[in-house]
Amino acid sequence: MAKNKQKTMAKSNAIAGYLFILPFIIGFILFLVVPLVQSFYMSFCAVTSTNGQGLAYDWIGLKNYHDVFFKDPDYVPRLLDELKNMALFVPGTLIFSFFMAILLNQEFKGRALVRAVYFLPVILSSGIMLGLETNNSLLASMSDSIKQDDSMTTITKTLENILLTGEQASKFFEYVINLVNQVYNIAISSGIQIIIFLSGLQTISPSMYEAAQIEGCTAWESFWKITLPMISSLILVNVIYSIVDFCTKSDSQLMTLISDTLYAKFDYGLTTAMSWVYFAIIMVILGILSFIISRWVYYYD
Amino acid sequence: MTRKERFENFKERNRKSGGYLLRKKIGSVIYRLCRAILIFGLCFLILQPLLHKISLSFMTKEDLFDRTVISVPRHFSTSAIRDSWMLLYKFKPFWTSLSIGLVVALLQVLSATLVGYGFARFKFPLKNFWFACVILMIVVPPQTLVTPMYLNFSHFDIFGIFKALTGKELKLLGSVWAYIAVCAGCAGYKSGLYIYMMRQHFRNEPKELEEAAWVDGCGKLRTFWSILLPGARPMMVSCFLFAFVWWWTDGVYSRLFFAKGYGWYTVSNCLSNVANRLNTEYKKMIGATDQGGTFVPIAYANQITAASTLICLVPLIVIYLVAQKSFVESISQSGIKG
Repeated sequence: MAKNKQKTMAKSNAIAGYLFILPFIIGFILFLVVPLVQSFYMSFCAVTSTNGQGLAYDWIGLKNYHDVFFKDPDYVPRLLDELKNMALFVPGTLIFSFFMAILLNQEFKGRALVRAVYFLPVILSSGIMLGLETNNSLLASMSDSIKQDDSMTTITKTLENILLTGEQASKFFEYVINLVNQVYNIAISSGIQIIIFLSGLQTISPSMYEAAQIEGCTAWESFWKITLPMISSLILVNVIYSIVDFCTKSDSQLMTLISDTLYAKFDYGLTTAMSWVYFAIIMVILGILSFIISRWVYYYD
Repeated sequence: MTRKERFENFKERNRKSGGYLLRKKIGSVIYRLCRAILIFGLCFLILQPLLHKISLSFMTKEDLFDRTVISVPRHFSTSAIRDSWMLLYKFKPFWTSLSIGLVVALLQVLSATLVGYGFARFKFPLKNFWFACVILMIVVPPQTLVTPMYLNFSHFDIFGIFKALTGKELKLLGSVWAYIAVCAGCAGYKSGLYIYMMRQHFRNEPKELEEAAWVDGCGKLRTFWSILLPGARPMMVSCFLFAFVWWWTDGVYSRLFFAKGYGWYTVSNCLSNVANRLNTEYKKMIGATDQGGTFVPIAYANQITAASTLICLVPLIVIYLVAQKSFVESISQSGIKG
C-alpha cells in the first residue's frame, strides 16, 4: 500500500514538472528544432522561390558546402580571421575580468560606483549599438577615408614598429600588441564575467586565507593554491559564456557576411550551409574546451 | 591628538620596528595609488565613448570642423539633437518599442519563471535532457536560426491546418503575434538565459517552505503561486529589466519580425537606418539626383549618428541608474553554483 502511494506521488510530481516546463518544450520544438532541422535539410538543397507561392527544394547533396569552402571568396578568410580573433579575445577577456574581479573584491572607496560602471556596457553595448559604428555603409566609407591619411607618427606606433622588427620575439609582441589594441573591446564585453568572478570570490571564506597565512603562505602562493582552485568552476562558465558571446556578437565579420548573403542574394541554401559550418565549428570548440577544463576543475564539496 | 603628535608617535614606532613600518606604509600607499590610477583609467575607457557622444551631440557646425575643439564644445547648440530627433521619426519608434517591449519582456519572464520552477523543483524523466536543451538554446547563435525562422514564419503552417481551415496561408512575418508566440514559447532573444537565472533562484530557496505547504494541504499550483512567487519577485524584476533592455537594442529579431517593409518602426530599426536616411534627406535637400556616392559631410554624419544613438540610449541609462542593483545582483546570484 505504502509503495503504491509513493509511486503515484512520484508520478504526479513528474506530471506537474512536465506541465511547468511545457511552454519551453513547445517553444523548443516549434521554434528551435523545426527551424534547425529545416535549415539542415535546406543546406543540402538548391532553394528557389516559386513566385511567392512557397519554396522549391532540389536536393543537390554537398554542393552548398563545397561552394562555401571553395567558391565563396570571403568565407574562409573571414572564418579564419574570426577564429584567430577568438583565440586572442577569449583568453584576454578571461584574464581581464579575473583581474578586475580581484581588484573589485578589495575594499576601497567608490567600489559600488566602479562596479556599476563596469556593468554599464552590458546594458548599453548590446545588439545594434555595438555594430552601429562599423556596420553602416556610410560610416564605413568614412572611416576608410580617415585611415588613408593616418600617417601620423606617435610614440606608441614607433614603439610598436621597434618591437615588431625583432626576430625571435616578434610573434609574442604581435600578440600582446593586438591584445592591447583590443583592450576597449575586451573591457566592454567583460561586464558579466567580472560579476560572475566577483560573486565567486566572495564565497571563498576568509578563514581559508587566514589559515594559509598562519602556516606561512605568501599572498602569491595562496592565490595559486586557494583562489584559483576555488574559482575554477566559474572559469569554465566564463569560458563558455565568452565564446558564445563572441560568436553571436552582431558586429562579427562572419555574421555580417551571412546576413548580407541572405538579404542580398536570397540564396537560402548557401546561407544555411554557411551558418551550419560556423555553428559546427563553435560547437566543436566548445566541446573540446569544456572537456579539457572540466577535467581540471576542482569542486570543493 | 594633533597632526604633529601623531607624526611623532609614528616616528617613534617606526624607529622601534627598525624602519619596517615606514617601508610597509610606503608600499601600501604606492599600491593604492597604482590601483586607483588603473581603476580610474579603465572606468574612463568604458565611459569615454559615451562622453564623446554627449559632447559631439552638442557641438555647432563650426566646432565640428575646428581641429582645436576636441571634447568640450565651444559653442553650445542642440541643433544636432533636434535633427536626429526628426530623422528618428520623433516619438514613433519609442512608442512602438516600448509597447512591444513591455508585452514581450513580461511574457518572457512569466514563461521563464514557470519553466525555471519546473526545472528547479520537480523530478521527472528526461529532466537532464531537457535542461541540456535549455543550454543548447543559450548556445545557439540567434543568427543561425534567422534564415529558417524567416522561411518558417513566412509560410507558417502546422501540418497544413490553417490552409485547410481558411484556404489561405497564414502570413506571420511582420505581425507582432509571431514574436509574442516565440516569446511565450521561451524561444525569444536570450530566453534560455532567463530560464537559467530563474532556475538558479528557485534552487536556492529552502525546500522546507514547500514541504510545509504540502503538509498543510496546499496544491502544487497554489504553492507556486502564493508561496514561491512572492519571493521570486526581485529576480523576476531583474529578468524583466534585462529582457526589456536587450529587446530595445536587439537587431537580430527586430530585423526578422519587424523589418521596415512591414511598417514597424522599432528603435533599433530606426537607429540602424538613421545614417542612410540622413543621406537621402540630404540629397533631397540639395537637389542631387544621382544614386551613388555620399554627399553628407563626414563629420556631420558622425555627429548625427552619435546624437541619435544618445537619444536611443537615454531611456536605458535612466533604467540602469534606477535599477542598477537588481541588474548586478541577479547576475551574481545566478553565477554562484555555476
